[in-house]
Amino acid sequence: MVENVKDLLKLHEGITHQVYLDNENSSIVPQEVVDAMLPYFNKIAYGNPTLTHKPGWEAFEVIMNCFQKISKYLGAKILEEITFTPGESEANNLAIMGSCFAQKEKGKKIVISEIEPINVLQVAEMMQKFGFTVTKVPVDRDGFLNMEKLQAAIDKETILVSVAAVNNELGTIQNIKEAVQIAKDKNSQILFHTDATDAYGRIPFNVQDLNVDLATISSYKIQGPRGIGALYLREGVNLDRIIEGQIGTQRLWPGIENTPSIVGFTKASELAFENFEVNITKMGYLRDKLVDGIFSELTDLRFNGPKGEKRSPDNANISILRAEGEALTIELSLKGVYLSSGSACSRRLLQPSHVLVAIGRRFEEAHGSVLMKTTRYLTEEDIAYVLKVLPEAVNRIRRIVGSTGVE
Amino acid sequence: MSRIPLPYNPKVMDLFRNPKNLGKMEDATVIAVAGNPACGDMITFYLKINEQTQIIEKAQFESYGCAANIATSSIVTEMIKGLTLEATWDSITWQKVTEEIGGLPSVKFHCGVLAVGALKRAIRKYFDDRGSEPAWMPKENTFEEKQALEEEELAKTLSKRVKPEEEKSP
Repeated sequence: MVENVKDLLKLHEGITHQVYLDNENSSIVPQEVVDAMLPYFNKIAYGNPTLTHKPGWEAFEVIMNCFQKISKYLGAKILEEITFTPGESEANNLAIMGSCFAQKEKGKKIVISEIEPINVLQVAEMMQKFGFTVTKVPVDRDGFLNMEKLQAAIDKETILVSVAAVNNELGTIQNIKEAVQIAKDKNSQILFHTDATDAYGRIPFNVQDLNVDLATISSYKIQGPRGIGALYLREGVNLDRIIEGQIGTQRLWPGIENTPSIVGFTKASELAFENFEVNITKMGYLRDKLVDGIFSELTDLRFNGPKGEKRSPDNANISILRAEGEALTIELSLKGVYLSSGSACSRRLLQPSHVLVAIGRRFEEAHGSVLMKTTRYLTEEDIAYVLKVLPEAVNRIRRIVGSTGVE
Repeated sequence: MSRIPLPYNPKVMDLFRNPKNLGKMEDATVIAVAGNPACGDMITFYLKINEQTQIIEKAQFESYGCAANIATSSIVTEMIKGLTLEATWDSITWQKVTEEIGGLPSVKFHCGVLAVGALKRAIRKYFDDRGSEPAWMPKENTFEEKQALEEEELAKTLSKRVKPEEEKSP
């Protein structure tokens, strides 16, 4: 199998231009972020921040600075409200499992939206093994939460509501403030968690404005290093640890703090927030150019998710009819354009993106969907290159399809 | 989202990039379709059969699906050219197709199964159309034909689960 990958990589030789649009699934870490991280591997602050020696105190100082900065960007009151975790999956697991275990005497019901990311959806479902129940609130055709059904779903047994601030596949910006209001009006004891991994650095997001109790953020989604994320937990809210070990600077996540990654995440955050308006304007401009270009070159497309102000500026999700997504991602890879698809052609029982199905897309529309996310590091030339090769790729795949499956 | 790494071998990639015997055949003796777009794979086979010798003179395909679906469909058209229908029926199985293509990731075995299902359906249709089933053809569907039917049944279930058009789609 590894030999096959070597051959696959050889097929990419001679690519003249590469454009990475799969920022949903990983990202290119810019050199300025890498440079900021490097000293912390072996030059300074390489110690354990809870130990009484110079490298330890150095680590303590730099980590506290990072806590401070991330608190500021999130709008947290105090830095103790932030817990660094090894990624957003861990932060979402901590948020859901930790809340449920800590609140289990109060009730056993979790309410989420039906388009939550997998690392919320599956953790919530897993809690059923511990006697909790999960209610999924539907969304409309653009992915907006049905607030009436949210209100109806919340009862006196409900202890936790979790709704992502921005849907990772559709870019739909939820009205979290209203959802929190609905939840707290029904029961002020309810905890409200939001996965803010696609909001942080892309839309104005402030935990105090929104009045959420917990919020998850992730480093790679703002072009920081992978393997680091954070959970915001409002002061005074009780949460159980979900893993045990030596406690360091953070009560909720044991183990030795990952200083270089924390610094990298903080540096990426600084770069995202220093010129926030400029950055998001550029993302949105490039995204619109990409989407408009694709729609002008091709027919039989569906635009997935909302348009305009209610959509995150980086997100483009298009269903390309009569072209299967996996074939398209491979075809485009051979031309140096990297993106992902909501197709699920990797299993015998083929289940495409649950998000696209939830907004009423037919399965064949989901199989042909492509997800692209722009960043401030992309250029006009990059977009022009995508607009040159993507229609060619779609047209070749559609020639193979021919009249198959055409009704 | 598809998450399982798919290290396709060079033969699969070659047939994906340059599929052999691609396209609609205007003078096909028999046409058969298997699969459903809702499941993400669907194949059409066009066979030109010599009515006297029952030899497959020409085979072409069109397909909607992943790289493995395209490559397995293409290789089937190459494998059966010049064979009699009986020899085709006896020798072509999904395992044989997978072997011929140099192996597939296990999650892609169903692509070979669907391709052979479509082929056997085409042969069965040829004899059904003529009202004469040969003795060598089993009455009961083969494994591959059953799998194709199962996938098509699944597609119906999937389509039913999709919310009403008027409520959701723009």
